[in-house]
Amino acid sequence: MTVRADSVPGMPSAQSAAPARLPKKVGPGRRLPMPVVIGGGALGVGVAVALSLLLGTQSLPAADIVAALTGGAVPDQVAGIVDARIDRTLIGLVVGAAVGVCGVVLQGLTRNPLAEPGILGINAGAALAVVVGIKLFALSTVGGYVWFALLGACVTAVVVQLLALLAPVRAQPVTMALAGAAVMATSTSLVGAILVADQGALDVFRFWQVGSVAGRDASIISDVAPFLVVGFALALASGSLLNVIALGDDLARGLGQRVVVHRLLSAAGAILLAASATALAGPIAFVGLVVPHVVRALVGPDHRRILLGSLFAGPVLVVAADTIGRLVAAPSEVQAGIVCAVIGAPFLVALVRRMNVA
Amino acid sequence: MTTPLLDRPTAVHAKPLHHDNDDTVASLRTVRRRVHRRHWILLAALTALVIGLFLVRALLGDYRISFADGIRMISGTTIPGASFIFMESTLPRACMAVLAGAAFAAAGAAFQSMLRNPLASPDVLGINLGASAAAVFAVVLLGWSGMPVTLVAFAGAVAVAVTIHAFAGRGGAATGRMILVGVGLAAVLSSVVHWVLLRADIYRAQDALVWLTGSLGTVTWGEIARLGTVVAVALPLLVVVTRQLGILALGDDLAAGLGLRATRLRGLITALVVALTASATAVCGPIAFVGFLSGPIAHRLAAGRTSIPAAALVGAALVLAADYVSAYAVPGTAYPVGVITGLAGAPVLVWLLIAGRRSIQEK
Repeated sequence: MTVRADSVPGMPSAQSAAPARLPKKVGPGRRLPMPVVIGGGALGVGVAVALSLLLGTQSLPAADIVAALTGGAVPDQVAGIVDARIDRTLIGLVVGAAVGVCGVVLQGLTRNPLAEPGILGINAGAALAVVVGIKLFALSTVGGYVWFALLGACVTAVVVQLLALLAPVRAQPVTMALAGAAVMATSTSLVGAILVADQGALDVFRFWQVGSVAGRDASIISDVAPFLVVGFALALASGSLLNVIALGDDLARGLGQRVVVHRLLSAAGAILLAASATALAGPIAFVGLVVPHVVRALVGPDHRRILLGSLFAGPVLVVAADTIGRLVAAPSEVQAGIVCAVIGAPFLVALVRRMNVA
Repeated sequence: MTTPLLDRPTAVHAKPLHHDNDDTVASLRTVRRRVHRRHWILLAALTALVIGLFLVRALLGDYRISFADGIRMISGTTIPGASFIFMESTLPRACMAVLAGAAFAAAGAAFQSMLRNPLASPDVLGINLGASAAAVFAVVLLGWSGMPVTLVAFAGAVAVAVTIHAFAGRGGAATGRMILVGVGLAAVLSSVVHWVLLRADIYRAQDALVWLTGSLGTVTWGEIARLGTVVAVALPLLVVVTRQLGILALGDDLAAGLGLRATRLRGLITALVVALTASATAVCGPIAFVGFLSGPIAHRLAAGRTSIPAAALVGAALVLAADYVSAYAVPGTAYPVGVITGLAGAPVLVWLLIAGRRSIQEK
């Protein structure tokens, strides 16, 4: 079978059927039909959004909230609370989708089940760059952060990937995790060096560092919109490529894929998504790890379906984590990033126990 | 100084085999003696280095103090101006640097040697972070101080160690799983730390951050006495106990046949490691990478032997040097010592990843 060497990541359907069929290791009955995936995903997102709007540290009557949403007359205080909830829900949706899809691409590209922006240190690199930005240029807006987050994420991703390439394939999950840990430790030291001498920067940074969708205006999404659009386009188009890569690089090349170019493009997409999400909400760990695995268990191994499913599952997880964080510590709040870490850690442990790592 | 020692035993074997047994035994004895002598020379050299760095750290600050004046101040004479700087700042810092460096390094080397992986030190596995997350929680949110904080830090480190052991399972891949579980736990714990920092008021957050980076700036004599007691008890025990690790390297079954209880030995070493790590962390924070770096450096210096005393001395020298650099490198700003060790540690980790490539492949 021949595929044109210059074919774009979305291969013609006649050829892509073959790689999609091959790694069929999931149990029977796990592959949900596509309409079910989309319908169920949309339903899940709808429920998560509804709960996020209805529940919070202040319990408001549902009728008031509906009235506020439909433009009815409500007290100013209620309108303000509902506005804030709409903002954080919107940001949660965008961040969740970005990080979830990013996780799918990273895991597929590296063929490493633990690849995730948090564990790979990409978030830490972005954080370091943001601190430098806060310190040197007195940044305080997301539109200002995003360039630094982007730069930091890119540099870190490249460094970690290069380090992991030094290890043999079987040891790569461990090496990547350690390379990520090394990057994290170094950037933590540097962040410490900057912040220790600067209380003002610490006060800005600690609110960003914790990973939260709250306290931000939804208009910041438009600041990173160009990055998000390009990132989503590149990442979502890489489904067929990821399917081929799952077979191994040699086979992929044999099938006529321009592996290097396509890899770079989809990696760029993943990094754009990770960086924009980090700029919006700060480092939110473990979402990129959990979402692809859960979705894969539901929809089967075809990466195009996993990408689509993650587009729904990521927002559900982040919005739900934000809602849970509002409820467990009322009248105070636990930030979404922390809820995600607490949910994600047992998941990581379970995953690691099933792996046969070097 | 690194290469030739390892080759020597093979050189002995290469001799013609029909030699008398006595002859072989005699030459083996010579080699053993030579190895031992080199080890003692190494320890003596490292001790001299630590003493030298100690004197530099204690006497040569912004305010220079002569050796004779130092001795007089320790024996009770008060010298106006110099006494305060020496007795309340530079001398305690130097003492604490030695103690903390030795504690972190010995713990790190013991763990690396027990798990037979140069990357598996307590700080990479999140044990330091367990102690510091618990301590930060207690200090910032509960307002505790002193001895209770040490105990809480201890509990945090124990909890992480137990969790890692419980979830890593058994079998050949257990070390890899331990590392991954540890890295995962570290991620969660650091998010807990971020949360605590966010809840605190800004002045306390600043203090906590200095401590979290690893700092010797606020050391008191009481803390030195506390950590000194732990080190004085746990370090010699660790040196004795880890000698048996060589037998453990033969495999658990063979070790059992030689009369060694492998599980008990591992438990004992883990307990000592946690004791050293937690009490050092409780006093001066998780000084980055010291536990991780000292073991491999000592391993190289000792030509492939695992030597806990050598590692402890290397750790003490590292922290002394890093503390001196952190205090005086940038005039006007005193950085926490962990900033310097963290920056120095990253390249070494990269080098270990590259150099360890073959050994990982073999496993």
